[in-house]
Amino acid sequence: MAAFLASLPGAIAQGIIWGIMAIGVFITFRVLDVADLTVDGTLSTGGAVLVMCTVSGMNIYLAMVLAFLAGCLAGLATGVFHTAFGIPAILSGILTQLALYSINLRILGNKANQTLSVTKYNLMVSLRYIPKSLIVCSIFAVALIALLYWFFGTEMGHSIRATGSNQAMARANGINTNTRKIIGLVLSNGIVALSGALLSQYQGFADVNMGRGAIVIGLAAVIIGEVIFSKLFKNFALKLLAAVFGGVIYYIVITIVLRLGLNANDLKLFSALVVALFLGIPYWKAKVAPKKVKTKERSAENA
Amino acid sequence: MLEIKGVSKTFNPGTINEKRALNGIDLTLNDGDFVTVIGGNGAGKSTLLNMITGVYPVDCGTIIIDGMDVTKLPEHKRAKYLGRVFQDPMTGTAADMEIAENLAIAARRGKRRTLLPGVTHKEKNEFRELLKKLDLGLEDRLTSKVGLLSGGQRQAITLLMATLQHPKLLLLDEHTAALDPATASKVLNLTEELVSDGHITTIMITHNMKDAIRLGNRLIMMNNGEIIYDIQGEEKKNLHVSDLLELFSKASNGEFANDRMMLS
Repeated sequence: MAAFLASLPGAIAQGIIWGIMAIGVFITFRVLDVADLTVDGTLSTGGAVLVMCTVSGMNIYLAMVLAFLAGCLAGLATGVFHTAFGIPAILSGILTQLALYSINLRILGNKANQTLSVTKYNLMVSLRYIPKSLIVCSIFAVALIALLYWFFGTEMGHSIRATGSNQAMARANGINTNTRKIIGLVLSNGIVALSGALLSQYQGFADVNMGRGAIVIGLAAVIIGEVIFSKLFKNFALKLLAAVFGGVIYYIVITIVLRLGLNANDLKLFSALVVALFLGIPYWKAKVAPKKVKTKERSAENA
Repeated sequence: MLEIKGVSKTFNPGTINEKRALNGIDLTLNDGDFVTVIGGNGAGKSTLLNMITGVYPVDCGTIIIDGMDVTKLPEHKRAKYLGRVFQDPMTGTAADMEIAENLAIAARRGKRRTLLPGVTHKEKNEFRELLKKLDLGLEDRLTSKVGLLSGGQRQAITLLMATLQHPKLLLLDEHTAALDPATASKVLNLTEELVSDGHITTIMITHNMKDAIRLGNRLIMMNNGEIIYDIQGEEKKNLHVSDLLELFSKASNGEFANDRMMLS
């Protein structure tokens, strides 16, 4: 128990970092209604760019900006595949993700991984300084949520949300749905790359495989956050916060099951099953209680 | 206001499912015209509207709105000039967004979307006044998600959205067909009010022949992708449902007047 409690702050810090990635996933999965698989590659891209820039002597904040921009470019590629080439969104994401594997190897100087020593460089977060990391990650997440809350309340943000909600309506109101999808994908992947950049600092290295399964963790965080907080959190900013909390809860659960003796190699199997289960819940709910939904609509009509 | 010249459209050309939806349509609407369009299933009514709005490209011909050739413009650019209400009440609004947000999106139709606030306080007050006129109790629910509303309420909001930015042309595609009779008549009254108040040039597709005769100053009948009957003014006012039925059966050798038409 004591060992579990001791590992808790680290799990939370890592959970927030993955929660920031979940915010990126939320933008595509929930706002744009697109499952974007680019993120598996983008997370590594963000980490790789940050490590290589920092190692070459660049200021850490500037390196973060470059990591963000690299992620944006990955999102742009997926967006162009999807809109200009007419490739289904999921396949577009897979294509970019595959391409990014080669690109990430090149960024990492044709190596599978590169280390980033916290003793040599002035990093924002590190597992050596967990309290500081917790504070920095929390501030980062809150600032990001505030920024996105503002953005999705603007005319531009509204047009992106309309595109995700109803494309026919969006076009009928003069919104170019293709450019809105691209903007959403660019923004989402930029955020995921930022999360990767934080993660590489935290763990002290960037690895070409660090993003494998990231989309599943992101979805897990989004869905866990929704299932637990949906009754409480209606506001857009709070929904984003729920995704971050979902990431934290996911990492605490992972810490627990590992303590309970789950083989670390089985972790991805475990994650996939958890996500499948949580994705299934709303579907089963709708199947079991169709009558309940109908009365709800009726009462809305009478109101 | 609207000029359609020689517009044709064939779906799935060269296949067994080939369907000539529009066959050399010529149609000119004057400023302030309110045209009702009737015709059987597959007559080309909806395709005509989809050609005007740019959902699909035309095979040939030109479409001119208020002197501007829009034939090659993509759908979202033509939207600047057009207000649209669809048959399915779910199509015209974004369910996941608030009533005020939906209206605000419509208020910015054809304008650049900037990083300014999506809805201003001033707009919210204006929207509240507009919604009060609908008399559906929506003025107190500006921040409700549109997905929580009934079909009739959503259709009323879509109408409001379509006319918010005075459109050069209002296109109504059987917009009351999916509603119960009481709600349908309410939405139809609202349509009349908005169209006459704003002096908006309008095309309304309907399956209800009484409505087609009662509303508007001009009536068009379509069959097999062609306009087979075009009547306006006094002549239209004196029209009876029986006249239309006769015309229908003449045009289509009796196939045309199906049960749905008789009943409505």
